[in-house]
Amino acid sequence: MSKTIITVVGKDTVGIIAKVCTYLAENQVNVEDISQTIVQGYFNMMMIVDTGGSTKPYAEMVTELDELGEEIGVRIRCQREDIFTKMHRI
Amino acid sequence: MINILEVNETNKMIEQEKLDVRTITLGISLLDCCDADLDTLNRNIYEKITGLAKDLVSTGREIELEYGIPIVNKRIAVTPIALVAGRACRSLEDFVEVAKTLDRAARDTGVNFIGGYSAIVSKGMTPNEEALIRSIPAALAATERVCSSVNVGSTKTGINMDAVKLMGEIVRETAEATKEKNSIGCTKLVVLCNAPDDNPFMAGAFHGVSEADAVINVGVSGPGVIKHALEGVRGANFEVLCETVKRTAFKVTRAGQLVAQEASERLGIPFGIVDLSLAPTPSVGDSVAGILEEMGLESVGAPGTTAALALLNDQVKKGGIMASSFVGGLSGAFIPVSEDQGMIDAVNRGALTIEKLEAMTCVCSVGLDMIAIPGDTPASTISGIIADEAAIGMINHKTTAVRLIPVIGKDVGETVEFGGLLGHAPVQSINRFGCADFINRGGRIPAPIHSFKN
Repeated sequence: MSKTIITVVGKDTVGIIAKVCTYLAENQVNVEDISQTIVQGYFNMMMIVDTGGSTKPYAEMVTELDELGEEIGVRIRCQREDIFTKMHRI
Repeated sequence: MINILEVNETNKMIEQEKLDVRTITLGISLLDCCDADLDTLNRNIYEKITGLAKDLVSTGREIELEYGIPIVNKRIAVTPIALVAGRACRSLEDFVEVAKTLDRAARDTGVNFIGGYSAIVSKGMTPNEEALIRSIPAALAATERVCSSVNVGSTKTGINMDAVKLMGEIVRETAEATKEKNSIGCTKLVVLCNAPDDNPFMAGAFHGVSEADAVINVGVSGPGVIKHALEGVRGANFEVLCETVKRTAFKVTRAGQLVAQEASERLGIPFGIVDLSLAPTPSVGDSVAGILEEMGLESVGAPGTTAALALLNDQVKKGGIMASSFVGGLSGAFIPVSEDQGMIDAVNRGALTIEKLEAMTCVCSVGLDMIAIPGDTPASTISGIIADEAAIGMINHKTTAVRLIPVIGKDVGETVEFGGLLGHAPVQSINRFGCADFINRGGRIPAPIHSFKN
Protein backbone atom coordinates (compact mmCIF):
# COMPACT_ATOMS: atom_id res chain seq x y z
CA MET A 1 0.00 0.00 0.00
CA SER A 2 1.28 3.46 -0.80
CA LYS A 3 2.29 5.90 1.86
CA THR A 4 0.29 8.90 2.93
CA ILE A 5 1.47 12.49 3.29
CA ILE A 6 0.00 14.62 6.04
CA THR A 7 0.67 18.34 5.86
CA VAL A 8 -0.08 20.84 8.56
CA VAL A 9 0.07 24.55 7.79
CA GLY A 10 -1.03 27.43 9.99
CA LYS A 11 -0.23 29.81 12.80
CA ASP A 12 2.24 28.30 15.25
CA THR A 13 0.84 27.34 18.64
CA VAL A 14 1.61 24.96 21.49
CA GLY A 15 0.88 21.27 20.97
CA ILE A 16 0.20 21.00 17.22
CA ILE A 17 2.47 17.99 16.70
CA ALA A 18 1.25 16.38 19.92
CA LYS A 19 -2.40 16.60 18.92
CA VAL A 20 -1.83 15.30 15.39
CA CYS A 21 0.38 12.46 16.63
CA THR A 22 -2.12 11.52 19.34
CA TYR A 23 -4.81 11.19 16.72
CA LEU A 24 -2.54 9.08 14.52
CA ALA A 25 -1.51 6.83 17.43
CA GLU A 26 -5.12 6.28 18.43
CA ASN A 27 -5.83 5.11 14.91
CA GLN A 28 -2.78 2.85 14.55
CA VAL A 29 -1.15 5.05 11.93
CA ASN A 30 2.64 4.76 11.95
CA VAL A 31 4.69 7.94 11.46
CA GLU A 32 7.81 7.27 9.37
CA ASP A 33 9.22 10.72 8.81
CA ILE A 34 8.56 14.26 9.98
CA SER A 35 9.99 17.48 8.57
CA GLN A 36 9.00 20.83 9.90
CA THR A 37 9.85 24.49 9.44
CA ILE A 38 8.51 27.78 10.71
CA VAL A 39 8.36 30.56 8.13
CA GLN A 40 7.46 34.03 9.43
CA GLY A 41 5.60 32.59 12.41
CA TYR A 42 3.76 30.07 10.26
CA PHE A 43 4.03 26.44 11.14
CA ASN A 44 4.70 24.12 8.20
CA MET A 45 4.96 20.38 8.76
CA MET A 46 5.01 17.33 6.55
CA MET A 47 4.67 13.77 7.81
CA ILE A 48 5.09 10.58 5.86
CA VAL A 49 2.87 7.96 7.44
CA ASP A 50 1.81 4.37 6.86
CA THR A 51 -1.93 3.78 7.24
CA GLY A 52 -1.59 0.04 6.54
CA GLY A 53 -2.26 -0.90 10.18
CA SER A 54 -5.30 1.27 10.58
CA THR A 55 -8.83 -0.05 10.30
CA LYS A 56 -10.32 3.37 9.75
CA PRO A 57 -11.69 4.04 6.23
CA TYR A 58 -9.38 6.47 4.42
CA ALA A 59 -12.07 9.03 3.65
CA GLU A 60 -13.08 9.15 7.31
CA MET A 61 -9.50 9.83 8.35
CA VAL A 62 -9.23 12.68 5.83
CA THR A 63 -12.39 14.25 7.22
CA GLU A 64 -11.44 13.78 10.88
CA LEU A 65 -7.97 15.26 10.38
CA ASP A 66 -9.58 18.19 8.62
CA GLU A 67 -11.86 18.70 11.62
CA LEU A 68 -8.95 18.35 14.03
CA GLY A 69 -7.18 21.08 12.06
CA GLU A 70 -10.15 23.38 12.46
CA GLU A 71 -10.10 22.75 16.22
CA ILE A 72 -6.41 23.65 16.49
CA GLY A 73 -6.68 26.49 14.01
CA VAL A 74 -4.44 25.03 11.30
CA ARG A 75 -5.02 23.40 7.90
CA ILE A 76 -4.40 19.65 7.93
CA ARG A 77 -4.37 17.75 4.66
CA CYS A 78 -4.09 14.02 4.30
CA GLN A 79 -3.29 12.78 0.80
CA ARG A 80 -1.99 9.61 -0.77
CA GLU A 81 1.67 10.01 -1.66
CA ASP A 82 1.18 9.14 -5.35
CA ILE A 83 -0.17 12.58 -6.21
CA PHE A 84 3.22 14.06 -5.28
CA THR A 85 5.54 11.36 -6.60
CA LYS A 86 3.75 11.20 -9.95
CA MET A 87 4.01 14.95 -10.31
CA HIS A 88 7.61 15.40 -9.22
CA ARG A 89 9.34 12.15 -10.24
CA ILE A 90 9.67 10.60 -13.67
CA MET B 1 11.79 10.53 -1.13
CA ILE B 2 9.37 13.37 -1.69
CA ASN B 3 10.26 16.58 0.15
CA ILE B 4 8.30 19.33 1.83
CA LEU B 5 8.93 21.84 -0.98
CA GLU B 6 7.46 19.52 -3.59
CA VAL B 7 4.47 18.75 -1.41
CA ASN B 8 3.88 22.45 -0.84
CA GLU B 9 4.22 23.17 -4.56
CA THR B 10 1.52 20.66 -5.43
CA ASN B 11 -0.82 21.84 -2.72
CA LYS B 12 -0.31 25.46 -3.72
CA MET B 13 -1.25 24.53 -7.29
CA ILE B 14 -4.45 22.96 -6.00
CA GLU B 15 -5.41 25.56 -3.43
CA GLN B 16 -4.27 28.83 -4.96
CA GLU B 17 -3.83 28.18 -8.67
CA LYS B 18 -6.99 26.15 -9.21
CA LEU B 19 -5.37 22.94 -10.38
CA ASP B 20 -8.08 20.37 -10.89
CA VAL B 21 -9.06 17.44 -13.02
CA ARG B 22 -11.76 18.90 -15.20
CA THR B 23 -13.64 15.75 -15.99
CA ILE B 24 -13.78 12.00 -15.67
CA THR B 25 -15.89 10.92 -18.61
CA LEU B 26 -17.19 7.40 -18.86
CA GLY B 27 -17.66 6.35 -22.47
CA ILE B 28 -20.36 3.73 -22.96
CA SER B 29 -21.22 1.85 -26.12
CA LEU B 30 -24.95 1.59 -26.68
CA LEU B 31 -24.68 -0.50 -29.84
CA ASP B 32 -25.93 -3.58 -28.00
CA CYS B 33 -29.05 -1.68 -26.87
CA CYS B 34 -30.52 -1.46 -30.39
CA ASP B 35 -34.07 -2.71 -30.77
CA ALA B 36 -36.97 -2.16 -33.13
CA ASP B 37 -39.28 -1.33 -30.25
CA LEU B 38 -38.93 2.15 -28.74
CA ASP B 39 -39.80 1.14 -25.17
CA THR B 40 -37.36 -1.75 -25.20
CA LEU B 41 -34.66 0.50 -26.65
CA ASN B 42 -35.22 3.11 -23.96
CA ARG B 43 -35.16 0.48 -21.25
CA ASN B 44 -31.96 -1.06 -22.63
CA ILE B 45 -30.26 2.33 -22.79
CA TYR B 46 -31.32 3.32 -19.29
CA GLU B 47 -30.26 0.02 -17.76
CA LYS B 48 -26.89 -0.09 -19.50
CA ILE B 49 -25.96 3.47 -18.53
CA THR B 50 -27.16 3.32 -14.95
CA GLY B 51 -25.57 -0.12 -14.53
CA LEU B 52 -22.10 0.87 -15.72
CA ALA B 53 -22.11 4.37 -14.26
CA LYS B 54 -23.70 3.66 -10.89
CA ASP B 55 -20.43 4.16 -9.00
CA LEU B 56 -18.93 6.84 -11.26
CA VAL B 57 -19.79 9.84 -9.11
CA SER B 58 -19.03 8.19 -5.75
CA THR B 59 -15.70 6.85 -7.04
CA GLY B 60 -14.83 10.31 -8.34
CA ARG B 61 -15.56 11.78 -4.91
CA GLU B 62 -13.48 9.09 -3.23
CA ILE B 63 -10.44 9.83 -5.41
CA GLU B 64 -10.94 13.54 -4.87
CA LEU B 65 -10.85 13.08 -1.12
CA GLU B 66 -7.92 10.66 -0.97
CA TYR B 67 -5.61 12.63 -3.23
CA GLY B 68 -6.87 16.06 -2.27
CA ILE B 69 -7.37 17.16 -5.88
CA PRO B 70 -10.76 18.42 -7.05
CA ILE B 71 -12.47 16.51 -9.85
CA VAL B 72 -14.88 19.08 -11.16
CA ASN B 73 -17.13 17.01 -13.41
CA LYS B 74 -18.18 13.43 -13.78
CA ARG B 75 -19.77 12.82 -17.15
CA ILE B 76 -20.95 10.18 -19.58
CA ALA B 77 -20.49 9.90 -23.34
CA VAL B 78 -22.47 7.39 -25.39
CA THR B 79 -22.50 6.00 -28.93
CA PRO B 80 -23.96 8.54 -31.39
CA ILE B 81 -27.68 8.07 -30.91
CA ALA B 82 -28.36 8.23 -34.66
CA LEU B 83 -26.67 4.83 -34.91
CA VAL B 84 -28.53 3.34 -31.97
CA ALA B 85 -32.06 4.67 -32.19
CA GLY B 86 -32.68 4.68 -35.94
CA ARG B 87 -34.60 1.45 -36.09
CA ALA B 88 -36.94 2.20 -33.20
CA CYS B 89 -37.65 5.85 -33.95
CA ARG B 90 -40.35 6.54 -36.49
CA SER B 91 -40.86 10.21 -35.77
CA LEU B 92 -38.97 13.18 -34.36
CA GLU B 93 -40.93 12.73 -31.12
CA ASP B 94 -39.55 9.20 -30.80
CA PHE B 95 -36.00 10.57 -30.95
CA VAL B 96 -36.87 13.12 -28.28
CA GLU B 97 -38.06 10.24 -26.08
CA VAL B 98 -34.58 8.72 -26.36
CA ALA B 99 -33.06 12.08 -25.38
CA LYS B 100 -35.31 12.11 -22.32
CA THR B 101 -34.10 8.61 -21.41
CA LEU B 102 -30.50 9.84 -21.59
CA ASP B 103 -31.42 12.80 -19.41
CA ARG B 104 -33.05 10.54 -16.84
CA ALA B 105 -30.04 8.19 -16.81
CA ALA B 106 -27.73 11.18 -16.32
CA ARG B 107 -29.81 12.54 -13.46
CA ASP B 108 -30.09 9.19 -11.73
CA THR B 109 -26.34 8.54 -11.91
CA GLY B 110 -25.60 12.07 -10.71
CA VAL B 111 -23.54 13.26 -13.70
CA ASN B 112 -23.98 16.83 -14.88
CA PHE B 113 -23.83 16.17 -18.63
CA ILE B 114 -24.30 13.24 -20.97
CA GLY B 115 -22.95 13.56 -24.52
CA GLY B 116 -23.75 11.57 -27.61
CA TYR B 117 -27.05 12.86 -28.94
CA SER B 118 -25.03 12.93 -32.10
CA ALA B 119 -24.69 12.09 -35.75
CA ILE B 120 -21.53 11.63 -37.81
CA VAL B 121 -22.40 12.87 -41.27
CA SER B 122 -19.04 13.99 -42.67
CA LYS B 123 -19.77 12.56 -46.11
CA GLY B 124 -23.48 11.88 -46.24
CA MET B 125 -26.60 11.65 -44.10
CA THR B 126 -28.78 8.57 -43.71
CA PRO B 127 -32.51 9.25 -43.17
CA ASN B 128 -32.03 8.29 -39.51
CA GLU B 129 -29.18 10.74 -39.07
CA GLU B 130 -31.15 13.52 -40.71
CA ALA B 131 -34.14 12.75 -38.47
CA LEU B 132 -31.96 12.86 -35.36
CA ILE B 133 -30.48 16.19 -36.43
CA ARG B 134 -33.94 17.62 -37.05
CA SER B 135 -35.01 16.50 -33.56
CA ILE B 136 -32.11 18.31 -31.83
CA PRO B 137 -33.98 21.59 -31.06
CA ALA B 138 -36.86 19.75 -29.40
CA ALA B 139 -34.52 17.30 -27.64
CA LEU B 140 -32.36 20.06 -26.14
CA ALA B 141 -35.45 22.03 -25.10
CA ALA B 142 -36.95 18.98 -23.38
CA THR B 143 -33.82 17.93 -21.49
CA GLU B 144 -31.40 19.46 -19.06
CA ARG B 145 -28.20 17.43 -19.22
CA VAL B 146 -28.10 16.07 -22.76
CA CYS B 147 -25.39 17.38 -25.09
CA SER B 148 -25.56 17.09 -28.83
CA SER B 149 -22.91 17.15 -31.54
CA VAL B 150 -22.84 16.74 -35.29
CA ASN B 151 -19.70 16.04 -37.27
CA VAL B 152 -20.07 17.65 -40.69
CA GLY B 153 -16.67 17.08 -42.24
CA SER B 154 -13.25 15.50 -42.06
CA THR B 155 -9.89 15.66 -43.77
CA LYS B 156 -10.55 12.28 -45.36
CA THR B 157 -14.05 12.99 -46.63
CA GLY B 158 -14.30 16.72 -47.21
CA ILE B 159 -17.22 18.78 -45.93
CA ASN B 160 -20.86 17.77 -46.19
CA MET B 161 -22.33 21.14 -47.16
CA ASP B 162 -25.90 19.84 -47.01
CA ALA B 163 -25.30 19.09 -43.34
CA VAL B 164 -23.62 22.47 -42.86
CA LYS B 165 -26.67 24.19 -44.32
CA LEU B 166 -29.00 22.13 -42.14
CA MET B 167 -26.97 22.79 -38.99
CA GLY B 168 -27.22 26.57 -39.51
CA GLU B 169 -30.99 26.14 -39.39
CA ILE B 170 -30.84 23.73 -36.44
CA VAL B 171 -28.69 26.11 -34.36
CA ARG B 172 -31.27 28.85 -34.98
CA GLU B 173 -34.20 26.56 -34.18
CA THR B 174 -32.48 25.42 -30.97
CA ALA B 175 -32.02 29.05 -29.97
CA GLU B 176 -35.72 29.69 -30.64
CA ALA B 177 -36.79 26.55 -28.77
CA THR B 178 -34.92 27.66 -25.65
CA LYS B 179 -35.35 31.43 -25.99
CA GLU B 180 -37.00 31.69 -22.56
CA LYS B 181 -33.64 30.66 -21.06
CA ASN B 182 -31.30 32.87 -23.12
CA SER B 183 -31.17 30.28 -25.90
CA ILE B 184 -29.23 27.97 -23.57
CA GLY B 185 -29.93 24.95 -25.80
CA CYS B 186 -27.16 26.18 -28.12
CA THR B 187 -24.59 25.89 -25.33
CA LYS B 188 -25.15 22.14 -25.53
CA LEU B 189 -24.89 21.84 -29.31
CA VAL B 190 -21.61 21.74 -31.18
CA VAL B 191 -20.86 21.29 -34.87
CA LEU B 192 -17.53 19.59 -35.52
CA CYS B 193 -15.05 18.72 -38.23
CA ASN B 194 -12.65 15.80 -37.59
CA ALA B 195 -14.45 14.97 -34.32
CA PRO B 196 -12.41 12.55 -32.17
CA ASP B 197 -14.04 9.34 -30.89
CA ASP B 198 -12.64 9.72 -27.38
CA ASN B 199 -13.16 13.37 -26.46
CA PRO B 200 -14.07 13.65 -22.75
CA PHE B 201 -15.14 17.31 -22.97
CA MET B 202 -18.68 18.53 -23.54
CA ALA B 203 -20.58 19.41 -25.58
CA GLY B 204 -18.70 17.43 -28.23
CA ALA B 205 -18.17 14.20 -26.30
CA PHE B 206 -19.50 10.98 -27.78
CA HIS B 207 -18.35 7.37 -27.60
CA GLY B 208 -17.17 6.55 -31.11
CA VAL B 209 -17.70 3.22 -32.80
CA SER B 210 -13.95 2.53 -32.76
CA GLU B 211 -14.08 2.36 -28.94
CA ALA B 212 -14.47 -0.57 -26.54
CA ASP B 213 -17.69 -1.33 -24.66
CA ALA B 214 -16.84 1.09 -21.85
CA VAL B 215 -13.83 3.30 -21.27
CA ILE B 216 -12.60 5.97 -18.86
CA ASN B 217 -11.29 9.20 -20.40
CA VAL B 218 -9.99 12.08 -18.35
CA GLY B 219 -9.68 15.76 -19.17
CA VAL B 220 -7.12 17.78 -17.22
CA SER B 221 -7.06 21.50 -16.70
CA GLY B 222 -4.79 24.05 -15.10
CA PRO B 223 -4.56 27.41 -16.89
CA GLY B 224 -4.07 29.06 -13.49
CA VAL B 225 -1.02 26.89 -12.75
CA ILE B 226 0.62 27.74 -16.08
CA LYS B 227 -0.09 31.43 -15.67
CA HIS B 228 1.45 31.38 -12.22
CA ALA B 229 4.55 29.58 -13.48
CA LEU B 230 4.96 32.20 -16.21
CA GLU B 231 4.77 35.01 -13.66
CA GLY B 232 8.13 33.71 -12.46
CA VAL B 233 9.81 34.15 -15.87
CA ARG B 234 8.66 37.62 -16.93
CA GLY B 235 10.96 39.12 -19.55
CA ALA B 236 12.81 35.86 -20.17
CA ASN B 237 13.34 34.70 -23.76
CA PHE B 238 11.17 32.24 -25.67
CA GLU B 239 13.33 29.25 -24.82
CA VAL B 240 12.72 29.83 -21.12
CA LEU B 241 9.05 30.62 -21.72
CA CYS B 242 8.47 27.40 -23.67
CA GLU B 243 10.42 25.28 -21.21
CA THR B 244 8.35 26.66 -18.32
CA VAL B 245 5.04 25.87 -20.02
CA LYS B 246 6.27 22.39 -20.90
CA ARG B 247 7.44 21.52 -17.39
CA THR B 248 4.23 22.79 -15.84
CA ALA B 249 2.06 20.94 -18.35
CA PHE B 250 3.94 17.77 -17.47
CA LYS B 251 3.04 18.12 -13.79
CA VAL B 252 -0.58 18.98 -14.48
CA THR B 253 -0.96 16.01 -16.80
CA ARG B 254 0.61 13.58 -14.35
CA ALA B 255 -2.14 14.42 -11.89
CA GLY B 256 -4.70 13.66 -14.60
CA GLN B 257 -3.01 10.40 -15.51
CA LEU B 258 -3.03 9.29 -11.88
CA VAL B 259 -6.71 10.07 -11.49
CA ALA B 260 -7.50 8.28 -14.76
CA GLN B 261 -5.67 5.13 -13.69
CA GLU B 262 -7.23 5.14 -10.23
CA ALA B 263 -10.73 5.65 -11.61
CA SER B 264 -10.18 2.91 -14.16
CA GLU B 265 -8.95 0.45 -11.54
CA ARG B 266 -11.65 1.20 -8.99
CA LEU B 267 -14.49 1.07 -11.52
CA GLY B 268 -13.08 -1.96 -13.32
CA ILE B 269 -13.35 -0.15 -16.64
CA PRO B 270 -10.35 0.21 -18.99
CA PHE B 271 -8.46 3.49 -19.15
CA GLY B 272 -8.75 5.19 -22.54
CA ILE B 273 -6.92 8.49 -22.81
CA VAL B 274 -5.96 11.67 -21.03
CA ASP B 275 -7.02 14.78 -22.90
CA LEU B 276 -4.34 17.44 -22.48
CA SER B 277 -6.59 20.40 -23.12
CA LEU B 278 -6.16 23.52 -21.03
CA ALA B 279 -9.76 24.19 -20.12
CA PRO B 280 -10.62 27.52 -18.49
CA THR B 281 -13.55 28.31 -16.21
CA PRO B 282 -15.26 31.64 -15.62
CA SER B 283 -13.66 32.00 -12.18
CA VAL B 284 -10.85 34.53 -11.79
CA GLY B 285 -7.36 33.05 -12.21
CA ASP B 286 -8.51 30.09 -14.32
CA SER B 287 -8.16 31.74 -17.70
CA VAL B 288 -6.33 30.82 -20.92
CA ALA B 289 -6.52 34.49 -21.93
CA GLY B 290 -4.65 35.23 -18.68
CA ILE B 291 -1.73 33.05 -19.83
CA LEU B 292 -1.50 34.80 -23.19
CA GLU B 293 -1.52 38.18 -21.49
CA GLU B 294 1.13 37.00 -19.03
CA MET B 295 3.30 36.21 -22.05
CA GLY B 296 3.30 39.91 -22.87
CA LEU B 297 0.11 40.83 -24.70
CA GLU B 298 -1.68 43.94 -23.50
CA SER B 299 -4.93 42.13 -24.17
CA VAL B 300 -5.79 38.85 -25.79
CA GLY B 301 -6.77 39.72 -29.36
CA ALA B 302 -3.80 42.04 -29.85
CA PRO B 303 -1.32 41.28 -32.66
CA GLY B 304 0.83 38.39 -31.45
CA THR B 305 -2.13 36.52 -29.96
CA THR B 306 -2.13 33.76 -32.57
CA ALA B 307 1.60 33.16 -32.16
CA ALA B 308 1.31 33.12 -28.38
CA LEU B 309 -1.54 30.64 -28.54
CA ALA B 310 0.30 28.41 -31.02
CA LEU B 311 3.31 28.32 -28.72
CA LEU B 312 1.17 27.58 -25.68
CA ASN B 313 -0.75 24.80 -27.39
CA ASP B 314 2.38 23.11 -28.69
CA GLN B 315 4.27 23.26 -25.41
CA VAL B 316 1.30 21.92 -23.46
CA LYS B 317 1.29 18.93 -25.79
CA LYS B 318 5.04 18.44 -25.57
CA GLY B 319 4.93 18.44 -21.77
CA GLY B 320 1.76 16.41 -21.55
CA ILE B 321 2.66 13.64 -24.00
CA MET B 322 5.45 12.35 -21.79
CA ALA B 323 3.30 12.51 -18.68
CA SER B 324 0.63 10.17 -19.95
CA SER B 325 0.69 6.70 -21.46
CA PHE B 326 -2.21 7.48 -23.79
CA VAL B 327 -3.08 10.93 -25.02
CA GLY B 328 -6.16 11.65 -27.11
CA GLY B 329 -9.37 13.59 -27.35
CA LEU B 330 -8.99 17.21 -28.34
CA SER B 331 -5.71 17.95 -26.56
CA GLY B 332 -5.09 21.65 -27.04
CA ALA B 333 -5.96 24.97 -25.47
CA PHE B 334 -9.65 25.86 -25.33
CA ILE B 335 -10.69 29.40 -26.09
CA PRO B 336 -14.39 29.54 -25.20
CA VAL B 337 -15.48 33.13 -24.74
CA SER B 338 -18.20 32.82 -22.11
CA GLU B 339 -16.25 30.34 -19.98
CA ASP B 340 -13.11 32.46 -19.68
CA GLN B 341 -13.20 35.77 -17.81
CA GLY B 342 -10.10 37.03 -19.66
CA MET B 343 -11.79 36.42 -23.02
CA ILE B 344 -14.97 38.19 -21.86
CA ASP B 345 -12.94 41.20 -20.71
CA ALA B 346 -11.08 41.30 -24.03
CA VAL B 347 -14.35 41.32 -25.99
CA ASN B 348 -15.77 44.02 -23.74
CA ARG B 349 -12.76 46.26 -24.21
CA GLY B 350 -13.01 45.84 -27.98
CA ALA B 351 -9.73 43.90 -28.34
CA LEU B 352 -11.13 40.56 -29.46
CA THR B 353 -13.32 40.07 -32.50
CA ILE B 354 -14.85 36.93 -33.94
CA GLU B 355 -12.42 37.16 -36.88
CA LYS B 356 -9.43 37.10 -34.54
CA LEU B 357 -10.96 34.19 -32.69
CA GLU B 358 -11.25 32.39 -36.02
CA ALA B 359 -7.56 32.97 -36.68
CA MET B 360 -6.77 31.61 -33.22
CA THR B 361 -8.70 28.43 -33.95
CA CYS B 362 -6.18 27.64 -36.70
CA VAL B 363 -3.53 26.91 -34.08
CA CYS B 364 -5.44 25.41 -31.19
CA SER B 365 -8.44 23.33 -30.34
CA VAL B 366 -11.22 23.51 -30.57
CA GLY B 367 -12.91 26.29 -32.46
CA LEU B 368 -15.36 29.15 -32.19
CA ASP B 369 -16.66 28.16 -28.82
CA MET B 370 -19.37 29.64 -26.62
CA ILE B 371 -19.76 32.83 -28.60
CA ALA B 372 -23.00 34.76 -28.24
CA ILE B 373 -24.13 36.42 -31.46
CA PRO B 374 -27.16 38.61 -32.26
CA GLY B 375 -30.49 36.75 -32.15
CA ASP B 376 -31.45 37.87 -35.64
CA THR B 377 -28.42 36.30 -37.35
CA PRO B 378 -29.67 34.42 -40.45
CA ALA B 379 -29.25 30.63 -40.54
CA SER B 380 -27.17 30.90 -43.72
CA THR B 381 -24.65 33.14 -41.94
CA ILE B 382 -24.32 30.59 -39.12
CA SER B 383 -23.80 27.92 -41.79
CA GLY B 384 -21.13 30.13 -43.38
CA ILE B 385 -19.27 30.36 -40.07
CA ILE B 386 -19.57 26.58 -39.62
CA ALA B 387 -18.22 26.05 -43.15
CA ASP B 388 -15.23 28.35 -42.46
CA GLU B 389 -14.33 26.48 -39.28
CA ALA B 390 -14.82 23.08 -40.90
CA ALA B 391 -12.52 24.18 -43.73
CA ILE B 392 -9.82 25.15 -41.22
CA GLY B 393 -10.13 21.72 -39.62
CA MET B 394 -10.22 19.83 -42.89
CA ILE B 395 -7.19 21.54 -44.41
CA ASN B 396 -5.11 21.47 -41.22
CA HIS B 397 -5.86 17.87 -40.15
CA LYS B 398 -7.27 19.04 -36.86
CA THR B 399 -10.50 19.10 -34.93
CA THR B 400 -12.47 22.30 -35.20
CA ALA B 401 -15.87 23.08 -33.83
CA VAL B 402 -18.51 25.75 -33.69
CA ARG B 403 -20.68 26.43 -30.67
CA LEU B 404 -22.47 29.68 -31.40
CA ILE B 405 -25.42 31.00 -29.43
CA PRO B 406 -27.71 33.29 -31.41
CA VAL B 407 -29.41 34.80 -28.37
CA ILE B 408 -32.99 35.45 -29.38
CA GLY B 409 -34.07 39.00 -28.54
CA LYS B 410 -30.56 40.26 -27.82
CA ASP B 411 -28.20 42.37 -29.85
CA VAL B 412 -24.58 43.52 -29.85
CA GLY B 413 -23.57 45.21 -26.60
CA GLU B 414 -25.91 43.19 -24.41
CA THR B 415 -24.73 40.44 -22.09
CA VAL B 416 -26.21 37.02 -21.65
CA GLU B 417 -25.92 34.86 -18.52
CA PHE B 418 -25.83 31.06 -18.80
CA GLY B 419 -24.79 30.27 -15.24
CA GLY B 420 -22.27 27.89 -13.66
CA LEU B 421 -19.41 26.58 -15.78
CA LEU B 422 -21.08 27.97 -18.90
CA GLY B 423 -20.50 31.53 -17.67
CA HIS B 424 -21.74 34.70 -19.29
CA ALA B 425 -21.01 36.33 -22.61
CA PRO B 426 -21.25 39.67 -24.34
CA VAL B 427 -23.18 39.44 -27.62
CA GLN B 428 -20.54 39.90 -30.33
CA SER B 429 -20.99 41.52 -33.69
CA ILE B 430 -20.54 39.41 -36.78
CA ASN B 431 -19.99 40.25 -40.42
CA ARG B 432 -23.35 41.33 -41.83
CA PHE B 433 -22.65 40.47 -45.46
CA GLY B 434 -24.55 37.42 -46.66
CA CYS B 435 -23.40 34.03 -47.95
CA ALA B 436 -26.79 32.44 -48.63
CA ASP B 437 -26.12 31.70 -52.30
CA PHE B 438 -22.90 29.89 -51.38
CA ILE B 439 -24.56 27.82 -48.65
CA ASN B 440 -27.63 27.01 -50.76
CA ARG B 441 -25.60 25.33 -53.51
CA GLY B 442 -25.90 21.96 -51.77
CA GLY B 443 -23.65 18.92 -52.08
CA ARG B 444 -20.15 18.41 -50.76
CA ILE B 445 -16.80 20.12 -50.69
CA PRO B 446 -14.35 17.41 -51.84
CA ALA B 447 -11.57 16.11 -49.62
CA PRO B 448 -8.36 18.09 -49.91
CA ILE B 449 -5.47 16.71 -51.93
CA HIS B 450 -3.35 15.84 -48.90
CA SER B 451 -5.84 13.21 -47.78
CA PHE B 452 -4.61 10.86 -50.57
CA LYS B 453 -1.67 9.40 -48.75
CA ASN B 454 -2.45 5.70 -49.08
